[in-house]
Amino acid sequence: MMMNDPLIQVKDLSVGFTNRAGDTLPILRNIDLSLHKGDTIGLVGESGCGKSTLALAMMGYLKTGLRVLDGESDFKGHDVFGLDHHALEDIRGGELALIPQNAGQSLTPTMRIGQQINEALMLHTSLSKSQWRERSIEVLTQVRLPEPEVLFDRYPHELSGGQQQRVAIAMALAGEPDVLLLDEPTTGLDVTTQAHVLELLSGLAAETGMAMVYVSHDLGAIARICDTVVVMYAGEIVLSGTARQVLKHPDHPYARGLLSSIPRLKEAVVPASMPGQPPAPGGAGNGCGFVDRCPLAEQLCHDERPLLEPGAGSEMVRCHFHESLEQLPPPEPPKRPERANLEGADSILQLEDVAISYHEPGFFENILGLESMVPPTVDRVNLTIRKGETIGLVGESGSGKSTILRAIAGLKAPLKGSIKFESTENLNVSVDHRAKDTLRRIQLIFQNPDSSLNPRQTVGEILTQPLKLYFGLQGEELRERIEALLNRVRLRVDYIGRLPSQLSGGEKQRVAVARAFAAEPDLVLCDEVTSALDVSVQAAVLELLTELQAEQDTTYIYVSHDLSVVRAVSDRVAVLYQGRLCEIGPAEKVYSLPSHPYTEALLGAVLEPDPDIKPNLVTEDIVELSPPPSGCPFQRRCSRRIGEVCDRETPPWQSTGQGHVIACHIPLDELQVMQKQTDMSPATLVGDKTGLLIT
Amino acid sequence: MIKLFLQRIVLGLLTLVFVSGIVFVAVEALPGDACTAYLGRMAKGTRLENCRRDFGIERPALTRYAEWTLGTLQGDFGMSLSRDKPISDIIGTRLRNTLILGLSATLIGVPLAIFLGIIAGLWRDRPLDLWISTIAIFAMTIPEFVSSTLLILVFSVWLGWLPGIVTTPPNAPLTEFLSDIILPIIALALVMTAHILRMVRTSVIDVMGSDYVQMARLKGVPYWRMVFRHVLPNALLPTINLVALTIAWLLGGVVVIEVVFNYPGLGRLTIDAISDRDLALVQAIALVLAAVYIGLNLFADLLTLIVNPRLRTMRH
Repeated sequence: MMMNDPLIQVKDLSVGFTNRAGDTLPILRNIDLSLHKGDTIGLVGESGCGKSTLALAMMGYLKTGLRVLDGESDFKGHDVFGLDHHALEDIRGGELALIPQNAGQSLTPTMRIGQQINEALMLHTSLSKSQWRERSIEVLTQVRLPEPEVLFDRYPHELSGGQQQRVAIAMALAGEPDVLLLDEPTTGLDVTTQAHVLELLSGLAAETGMAMVYVSHDLGAIARICDTVVVMYAGEIVLSGTARQVLKHPDHPYARGLLSSIPRLKEAVVPASMPGQPPAPGGAGNGCGFVDRCPLAEQLCHDERPLLEPGAGSEMVRCHFHESLEQLPPPEPPKRPERANLEGADSILQLEDVAISYHEPGFFENILGLESMVPPTVDRVNLTIRKGETIGLVGESGSGKSTILRAIAGLKAPLKGSIKFESTENLNVSVDHRAKDTLRRIQLIFQNPDSSLNPRQTVGEILTQPLKLYFGLQGEELRERIEALLNRVRLRVDYIGRLPSQLSGGEKQRVAVARAFAAEPDLVLCDEVTSALDVSVQAAVLELLTELQAEQDTTYIYVSHDLSVVRAVSDRVAVLYQGRLCEIGPAEKVYSLPSHPYTEALLGAVLEPDPDIKPNLVTEDIVELSPPPSGCPFQRRCSRRIGEVCDRETPPWQSTGQGHVIACHIPLDELQVMQKQTDMSPATLVGDKTGLLIT
Repeated sequence: MIKLFLQRIVLGLLTLVFVSGIVFVAVEALPGDACTAYLGRMAKGTRLENCRRDFGIERPALTRYAEWTLGTLQGDFGMSLSRDKPISDIIGTRLRNTLILGLSATLIGVPLAIFLGIIAGLWRDRPLDLWISTIAIFAMTIPEFVSSTLLILVFSVWLGWLPGIVTTPPNAPLTEFLSDIILPIIALALVMTAHILRMVRTSVIDVMGSDYVQMARLKGVPYWRMVFRHVLPNALLPTINLVALTIAWLLGGVVVIEVVFNYPGLGRLTIDAISDRDLALVQAIALVLAAVYIGLNLFADLLTLIVNPRLRTMRH
C-alpha cells in the first residue's frame, strides 16, 4: 500500500431500509469521503442526520434492518461490506477501533477492566499471555488514569463516567489502531471532564499519527479536535472543508443556521433558532434536503437535488445558491425583551440556610438520637430570588442543583433551614400538604419530555389536567384555553389529538412548557430543559421561554450544566459545588473576573465552536463523591488553594458590588491578579492525576 | 458484604418465626381444637375433657406456642393424633420422597430450561425459537393435573411402559421408587422448564441488544466468544432468583402431582392431614414448607450477592 493511499475511502455509499409499505428509504445518500493517515475528520449534524450510521458503516456494521443500497466503503483498499466475518473481526478493534458514545454502558458489567483490555490484546496483537497485564497497564497509563494497577482489577461500575470513557479509549488503543472512530465520545460527561478527555484525544492523535473520525453534534468539541469538518443533513454531506473554514465562514445555509443557534459564552443573548425540523430518516424528497427550512429556497431547490461542488474556498458545498449566501443578512437573534429593573423587585422565593440530605439515618443513629456524621448533600444555601428574574444554577453533575429544585417543588424535604414563597408561605412542607394555589403557582419542567409526558395521553389530555385541576375549566372554555396554549408555544392546533410519540423532541418539550404555563405559574423551575435537544431546537425553546417570561412576568430558576445556555437566559447566576454555593451575582459579573476558582474552572472548560478559542483547564478532572466535612467545598480540587485555612474554615462571602459575592479565602484583588495571569496564557493543563475518584 | 450476609440470614430467621406464629394463630382460630377434631362426633363430656387434659389444651395459648416452638427447634413436632405416631417420623420419610421428586425435576428441568432459553434467545424469531417458545407457552398454560393425566394415558394406559399410580409404601428404599417416579418428574419439570426458559430467552435477547454487546462485536470479538464471555454471564444473573422461586413454587405444585400419581410425599400427606383434621400435622407441614421456601430464597439471594460483581463490590 502506498503512503498516500487513503485508509478509509467511502465511495458513493447509500444505505437504507425498506419500510412496511415496501418502499426503500435511504438513510445515507451518495456519501463520498476519504481519510488519510493523520487526518482528523469531524462528522456533524443534528440527531437523525445519519452521522453515526456513516461511522459504523465504515466498520462494516449496520443496525438491524439497514442495508447497503449502492456504493462501497473501503478500508485499506478492501470493501468492508465484501469481507467475511473473520476478516471483519480482525479489522474491528484492531486497525480500526471504535470509541463508543456511552462508555458506561459499553463496558461489559461482569468483566473486570483488565479482562476487557486483555481481550483486545488477545484478539489483535501478537503479545503472549504473560505480557498482557503489562501492556494493559501501559495503555491505562497512556490515557492518564490514576493507579492503573488497581483499576485493572476493578469492574466498570466502580469507575466514574470520565474514567469509564478513558477505559474505552484505552481499550481502543490496545489494538494499536490506524484509525479511531469516535461516536459522540464526550456526550454525557461534565464540562471539565469533557475538556480533559478531548485534550487527551488530540494529544494522542498528535503523538501516534492515528487518523480519527469524530462524530458529534457538539461543534465545540469538533472545533477542538478536527482539522476537517463534514456537515451532514438528511443523510447527505452538505458541506465539507477545513475546520476554520466551516466553523468561521460556513458556506451552506444549514451550517450557518446551526452555528448561529449555538449560544456563546461571551454573548448574553438567546441565539437565533432555525425554523422547521429535519425530514424524517429517509423522508427527503427529490430536491434539496434542506429546502423546507432554507431562507434561500427557490423552485429549483424543490425540483433538483444540488451537487456537492467546490465553494468559494477549498470547501465542497451542496447548495444551488451558495454564492448568494454572502448577501443574506446573518440570522437575526431574537430581541431580548427589555428587562425591567429588577433591583427593587419584591422577592418571590427565599432559601435560608437550607440543608438537604439523602442520607438515611442508620439503626444506631436512630436509637441513640445521634446527629448524622455524613455531611448533607446540600448545605448552607442562602438565596433570594426576585420576582420576574431568571436565576441560573450551574455546576457539574452531583453539585446539588436538581436537589435544590426538588426541595422547592416539595419532592424532597430539607433537613434544616427554611424555604419561603413570597416571604410568607412555608415551602418546607411536601407537595402533599401544600395548598392547591401554591401548587399551581410553582411549576416544574423536566429535562426529558420523553419520560415526563405520559405516553398514553394525547396533547389535549395532557393540557387538560392542570386546567381542570386548578381552574375547573370544561367544555368549550377548556378547548379554547388549550388552543390558546398551543398557539402560545407555537404548535399547530391540530396537535391536540396527537400522542407524544408522534411529536419530535422539540415539540414534546414545547408541550411540557405549555403544561407548566397552563397553570399560569409565578415560578417555573427548569431542570436542564434543553439538554436533551439539538442546538437548533434548543434555541427555539430558549426563545419561547424568554417570550413567555416577558408576557407573564414569570420567575425562572434555570438549572443547567451548560454555561453558555445559562449565560443566554439568566439575569443572575449561582454557582454550586458539592451542594454549597460558591458564587452568586449578576450574570455579567459571574462570567467575568474575579471568579471563584471553581467558576473559573468551569468557564475555562467550556468549548466554543471556534478553533481559535482554546479551553483553559485550571483544575484536575476529579470526581468527588461526597463533600468534605469542613472548610471550602472545593478545597480538594482547587488550583489556588492557599493552605490549611481552606480545609478548616468555611470561606467568607466577599463582595465586588452589585450583589456579586464570592465565597473564597483569597482576597478578591489578589484572586483577580492571579486569574488575569492565567487568562493570558491559555491551554495550561494542570497535573497528570486526572480522573481520580475521591470518596 | 459480611454485614449484608448476616442481615439476610437474620431476616430469614425472623420471617420463619413470624410464619410459625401465623400458622399457630391460624390453627387456633379454627373452630374447635385438636380434640374436637380428633374425636369427631364423640367429642363431648368427659371424653373430651380427658383428651384435652392429656394433650394439655386447656393451658393458655402462649404457653403452648412456646412449648411447640421449643419442641420444633429440637426436631420434635409432637404427636399425630390420627396416626398415633411422632410427627417427625411421619414427615421424615415423606419429606425425603418429595425432595427426591423435586430435586430430580430440578436437576433435569433447570439445565434444560437454561439451554433451550439461550438457544431461543440467540436464534430469536427464527423457526427454532418459534418452536421452542410455542411449546413452552403450551407447557405453561396446561395445568399439572391435565398434563399428568395425559402422561398416564399415553405411557401407562396406551403404551403400558410405566406405572400410572405409585403403590410403593412411603418408607420403602429409594431404589423401589425408580420406575414410579419418572412420570411425576416429567409432569413437574414441564411447567418449571417452560417458566425458566421464557425468562432466560428474554434475558438473553435483552443483553444481546445492549450497548456492551454491540461494542464487543465492534471490538472484533468472535461470535461464540462474545456469547460466552459477554452475553451469558450477564443474561443468567437475573435467572438465579427465578430458579429459586420456581423451585419453591414447585413444592406447592408437587401437591397436585402427588395426589394424581398417589405418590407418598409431603404433598399427599398435607391433603391427608387436612381431611383427617390432624391439626398438629398440618401445622408441622406448613412450617416445614415455609422453612424450605425461605431457605431457597435466602440461598438464591446470597448466591446473587456472591456472583454479581455490582452487588459484591458495593460500598457501604
